[in-house]
Amino acid sequence: MISDNAYRDPQVARRYLDKLASLTAGLTTPITLMEVCGTHTMAIYQHGIRSLLPPAIRLVSGPGCPVCVTPLSYIDRAIALVRRPDTLIATFGDMVRVPGSSSSLIHEQATGGQVRIVYSTLDALVLARKNPDKKVIFLGVGFETTAPTIAGALIAARREGLNNFFVLCAHKTMPVPMAALTADPQLNIDGYLCPAHVSAIIGANAYRFLAEDRGIPCVVTGFEPLDILQGIDMAIAQILSGQARVDIQYCRFVKPEGNLKAQHLLKEVFEPCDAEWRGLGNIPASGLRLAPAFEAFDAEKALPVAVEPLREHTGCRCGEILKGQIAPRQCPLFRTVCTPENPVGACMVSSEGTCAAEYKYGD
Amino acid sequence: MCLGVPMLVMSIEGDVARCEIDGVQREASLMMLDDVRVGDFVLIHAGFAIEKLDPAQAEETVSMFRAILAEGGGPT
Ligand code: SF4
Repeated sequence: MISDNAYRDPQVARRYLDKLASLTAGLTTPITLMEVCGTHTMAIYQHGIRSLLPPAIRLVSGPGCPVCVTPLSYIDRAIALVRRPDTLIATFGDMVRVPGSSSSLIHEQATGGQVRIVYSTLDALVLARKNPDKKVIFLGVGFETTAPTIAGALIAARREGLNNFFVLCAHKTMPVPMAALTADPQLNIDGYLCPAHVSAIIGANAYRFLAEDRGIPCVVTGFEPLDILQGIDMAIAQILSGQARVDIQYCRFVKPEGNLKAQHLLKEVFEPCDAEWRGLGNIPASGLRLAPAFEAFDAEKALPVAVEPLREHTGCRCGEILKGQIAPRQCPLFRTVCTPENPVGACMVSSEGTCAAEYKYGD
Repeated sequence: MCLGVPMLVMSIEGDVARCEIDGVQREASLMMLDDVRVGDFVLIHAGFAIEKLDPAQAEETVSMFRAILAEGGGPT
């Protein structure tokens, strides 16, 4: 493999920045690119890319942080589930600190709730095997990169006849909300940097309708600093020449058709459904629910609980952050009331959240 | 959460690969990939190998970095 350093050479970065500056020098209105994925947001902050770009290129952060877009009602249901004496919640780390209406999973854990952080869905299966007296519930949150790993675990669970493993499912899919954001006149998105690893699964062709029907240039971009600069360069080239297609900068891992085997897993276990996005509201056909053959694993159906009434946090502007409408500093709670130690909203909790990125790397 | 890491496949047993990067070893399920061999680089996400590195395409990307450097001189 070519070493990571090859994607970080500061001299090459300088050349891209100079090129972008001269390409956009005469522009009177800036070009707006949205980086959809939370990992891009983190990398862009970490390497200070936003401040290095010429003023005529504006980067806005999108809704691609899976923890951040998970609605409050979902967190509240997970909290209600962990309060049952017979349950154990298994989840990726970021979810435990997200504030619900009146509690959080980490708070529930401190008061006796069974919560375990796992690295993989397969670890959650191990927990189910080891705790036959508990109902092990995995928090199924994430986009098309994560959903096939849940599909894989469920297929294994069914094969084994594990009947104490469940998923609380809130998976979301990427291209549909991107289309919704394109229609937002306030945002004026000129081009997309499409998520890297989601695209490894769904393939670059999944964005073609955005380019072909809506005229929005798309570039599937990797996460290293030079990947991002090259991706921006490819997007700007399309925009300035008045073209719109899907280019793949991250071609070392992403193919036009994606990973067909993973797509097959998704089709076997899930079916499309409408989904509620924090900040973006309900978007038709933008989520995944368990297909009828896997319904027995659905925590929401199999383990009914009373969920407390919703209480949104006043002042938190995660919704506007997730739509790219404001930057974290425009939220009055940023850094004063809301910090990573004491997060008010999910965007400050997740390692991919825009507020957390600004807090950690912003100047 | 979507943080995938490229790792080198060290050994394979059934559907599971032992992978390494920077001295860190991890097991990864090969459920989503066919034809993975020892010596391949795979992208690992949450315990699953989700894609194989295409070395020719990686070379292509880096050759574009070299090309932009070679253009040299002042701003283009
Ligand atoms: S700074 Fe905190 S309160 Fe403000 S939008 Fe971000 S997460 Fe919400």
